Amino acid sequence: MSVTGTRLQPTIFERGRPGRGGGKIPHPPKDALDRIPAAARRTTPPALPEMNEPDVVRHYVNLSQLNYAVDTGFYPLGSCTMKFNPKLNEWAARLPGFANLHPLAPDTAAQGTLQMLFELEGALAEISGMRAVTLQPAAGAQGELTGILMIRAYHRAHGGTDRDQVLVPDSSHGTNPATASMAGYTTVTIPSAADGGIDLDAFRAELGPRTAAVMITNPSTLGLFEARIGELLDAVHDVGALAYMDGANLNAILGRFKPGEAGFDVMHFNVHKTFSTPHGGGGPGAGPVGVGETLLPYLPTPRVLREPDGAFRLERTGERPSSIGRLRSFAGNTGVLVRAYAYIRAHGASGLREVSDDAVLAANYLKSRLASTYDIPYDRPCKHEFVASATTIKKRTGVRTLDIAKRLIDYGYHPPTIYFPLIVDEGMLIEPTETESIETLDAFADALIAIAAEAEATPELVTGAPHTAPVRRLDEASAARHPNLRWRPMRGAETPCPD
Amino acid sequence: MVPTDLHYTKDHEWVRVEGDEATVGITAYAADQLGDIVFVELPDVGRSLDQFATFGVVESVKAVSDLFAPVSGAVVEANAALAGQPELVNSEPYEGGWMVRLRLADAGQLDELLDPVAYDALISAG
Amino acid sequence: MPYGPHTTADRAKMLGALGLTSVDQLFDDIPVALRASRLDLPDPEPELELAARLTALAARNRTDLASFLGAGVYRHWSPPAVDQILLRGEWYTAYTPYQPEISQGTLQSIYEYESLLAELVGLDVVSASHYDGAAATAEAGLMTCRATRRERVLVSRSVHPHYRETLRTYFSGGLELEEIPLVAVGEAAGTTDLAALERMLAERDRPVAGVIAAQPDFLGLLEPMPAIGERAHAAGALFVAVIEPVGLAVLAPPGAYGADIAAGEGQPLGIAPQYGGPYLGILASTDALVRQIPGRLVGMTTDLDGQRAFVMTMRAREQDIRRDKAASNICTNQALLALAASVYLATIGPHGLRDVAALGASRAAELEAALGGAGAPRIHPGPYLNEFAIRVPEPHATHRRLLDRGILAGLVLADAEPGDPSLADGLLVCATEMTTAPEIERFAEALGEVLGGRPPTAVEAGAGSDRGSVAGSVR
Repeated sequence: MSVTGTRLQPTIFERGRPGRGGGKIPHPPKDALDRIPAAARRTTPPALPEMNEPDVVRHYVNLSQLNYAVDTGFYPLGSCTMKFNPKLNEWAARLPGFANLHPLAPDTAAQGTLQMLFELEGALAEISGMRAVTLQPAAGAQGELTGILMIRAYHRAHGGTDRDQVLVPDSSHGTNPATASMAGYTTVTIPSAADGGIDLDAFRAELGPRTAAVMITNPSTLGLFEARIGELLDAVHDVGALAYMDGANLNAILGRFKPGEAGFDVMHFNVHKTFSTPHGGGGPGAGPVGVGETLLPYLPTPRVLREPDGAFRLERTGERPSSIGRLRSFAGNTGVLVRAYAYIRAHGASGLREVSDDAVLAANYLKSRLASTYDIPYDRPCKHEFVASATTIKKRTGVRTLDIAKRLIDYGYHPPTIYFPLIVDEGMLIEPTETESIETLDAFADALIAIAAEAEATPELVTGAPHTAPVRRLDEASAARHPNLRWRPMRGAETPCPD
Repeated sequence: MVPTDLHYTKDHEWVRVEGDEATVGITAYAADQLGDIVFVELPDVGRSLDQFATFGVVESVKAVSDLFAPVSGAVVEANAALAGQPELVNSEPYEGGWMVRLRLADAGQLDELLDPVAYDALISAG
Repeated sequence: MPYGPHTTADRAKMLGALGLTSVDQLFDDIPVALRASRLDLPDPEPELELAARLTALAARNRTDLASFLGAGVYRHWSPPAVDQILLRGEWYTAYTPYQPEISQGTLQSIYEYESLLAELVGLDVVSASHYDGAAATAEAGLMTCRATRRERVLVSRSVHPHYRETLRTYFSGGLELEEIPLVAVGEAAGTTDLAALERMLAERDRPVAGVIAAQPDFLGLLEPMPAIGERAHAAGALFVAVIEPVGLAVLAPPGAYGADIAAGEGQPLGIAPQYGGPYLGILASTDALVRQIPGRLVGMTTDLDGQRAFVMTMRAREQDIRRDKAASNICTNQALLALAASVYLATIGPHGLRDVAALGASRAAELEAALGGAGAPRIHPGPYLNEFAIRVPEPHATHRRLLDRGILAGLVLADAEPGDPSLADGLLVCATEMTTAPEIERFAEALGEVLGGRPPTAVEAGAGSDRGSVAGSVR
């Protein structure tokens, strides 16, 4: 389904009219705020829009229709795993017992959620082959920070304070080097080998007494399984460093490869990728982290514990001094985690394995459909995603990957991830996921093939795309040079507070 | 052909020498590669730069690039106009789009830079 | 697989196109020695049975209690319009608006969020959101270090303990964090000690990047924010205000008292407590700090036809472009929760928001009077908005006995602040517009019984989870 023909909306500030709205909250007594010292009081009410509920609802429903979403169409955004978000999970997260539970409720009042979290930790540990899992991190990037801070704590406890470097391949997600910097490390970027995989010699040349950790995405951001991973992990451990796995691409290897068994010391999970929690237009997610024996003492607090009598409880403040501490308030994004829990329960062991089988099969099938039209820089069996490139098309016609992506919008598809990984010229990273039918995959391949033909015959049709979206290409340069980051309401238009 | 009265670096910067001062900017080729420049971060006046040390950052819509001092020297002036009009780097890379003026510490370092012919060959090779 | 479309014939067709006979062949590149052991998880569960399991788990949580617990997360009325908007798949099954032409809904909603929050906090730049109040506060602390090129941050001990712990974790990479003590006695007891702050700022060889204080603070008290800000600025440091957004309807906004950065928890804006998240990290700053603010920003621009449109902007600050030199490793934002906050604010309106804050304050005053009458006076004399600490004997036991009577009597402060002897006898309690007069009455009566030393009757002890029974026994 394409996003077409819907009118753009005024902002809510333009929609508001003084005097509209109300009827939601009882009026407080007139003296309600008399206790508040004048110096601490707000003198001018915030100039928020005044709207009646029907206008609010229409505004946000109309705005929603300007969005492309998994629920409206195929969204092959590589590295993001835009699979179907099961509706049962939305229902479950809204059960009053889950939704209304206060995060500081006593353990005795939170047994249902604590049990769910405990079981989810166990399931993720089993899936990853890790010894234990923390559910605290709020997102994958925060999970990375958690992992790297644990590695730092480990080295501090083992006399490794001279270790100041984190090694990442040049194909990595930007979060890897950004995380290393946040944790006080220097990033050393390792070029990839010609086959797109780890360059073992290049890694060996940089590994040494200054190496704190390596961060590896496996399967890689090119969608390729790192076949030399065993040797690399040995080399990393030989120099006393630890190995971090970016679990962004776990969707490809469920039941096939357990990072903990292979020798990774720590990894994060993106539950919005592998375990179907909705992407929410950019969030929320959750970024559980699994660790092996080495890093167990450093897990963030609080952990979920089971008492001998079977009751569950949260770890208390200061109970485990070796912990790296808190990454955020409270236990974690529990409302997201309950969705992941439901997803894992719905699939079970056999279903999860099928998820990866079908995701990998779909990606390889789609790649084979495109191989005669687009460049396939790394032409070997991929995992759940693959890179295609428009290098040849650009040379012949001047049409770039960006143009092809925009033209896909006219065909009713969300474009793939483009120009990532950075090491591929004119790259598009395509991830079909396991929840798209063969009819959808074929239709998408037909669209990309048709666009390649358009690039030859009518290139301006492609370079001018999209033609059917609510807006055309945007002036991003002006937006960044002269930022307009907020609406400026017309002062004086609002009514005084009805005291 | 690039302007013939300038020195160049492999990092696509140019240097114009006037007396004991060196004016530094990025080449038209670099500006073109980066695309629409939206922000330039420049050093404070007085800061001393070693040759090849990073002294700032230039950002386009979707890329970012460090700026390296082609020669050693103290910063005499940073181009204040770029704060409001970063697009000058695209439209006038060799004039209004200049970035810093340095007090040359060692004129001999200029010999290590590329001449116009060598730089032209570098960018023509792609 | 419950949500997959592929029939046996589909799979066979795809394998055939690849010249393969088994999907296993696509995993041949995993070295044999590294292949996974058997996945030891339960069998797939049909939706009907899974729904029953989830219902039973949720029912094990006790959300039937009369709750006076706040401490950073507050019970508010969220108009049903909020959640019904959030349930539209166009919102929650989209991702980051990388393709602005087909993401104008999300982009405009974020721009509106930035604008609404800018009005509330009185600062011009609002990030498209962070994980939660604690993480936003930690990012604010890091911002002050980047902006001032200094490495020492002072945080008031009256900032939420989880936020202070999070700051400590984020600063463990090599930055210094020190806590400003609180006034021990007198009218200002429990609030930031200004004299101590001055001494800490005066250490000339250890310049301070930022000073962080909360309004209201963790104990519910109102802090002397203008005075803290003046002292920070006099020492060349930036001032970070940790805020609670509903309170900002009636309390002076950070922009009005000179704060450079505001950070806080957006959960009160229509978001359910859900045992800790997902929430909404509010982070805002002055225009002068726009280059330092981490995370997504959405701006207004035009398309090729000159039509007004919205787009993610100043992207080159972010991790996917700047990599190891990025301001933060944050990748996305809490867009769906920012949307919830926007729909909440639009639905409830400026006057409604003021009513929420004022009604909470009014109920809290009633609660103070009722609990004081039952023998549990406030610990601190200073003004508060809707949350305050009371003194009770044996707070753990008292809290537990009240729980047996169906009352969630706030937070045992000894658990939250084990290092502060002045809070050893404290419970932190709050009221909001959701708090009813009968609930306050029940709390006071139950507290009176517990403090009176009368052991609970068997009926009360056994029927703790049932409001009706408790009320009946009191009658």
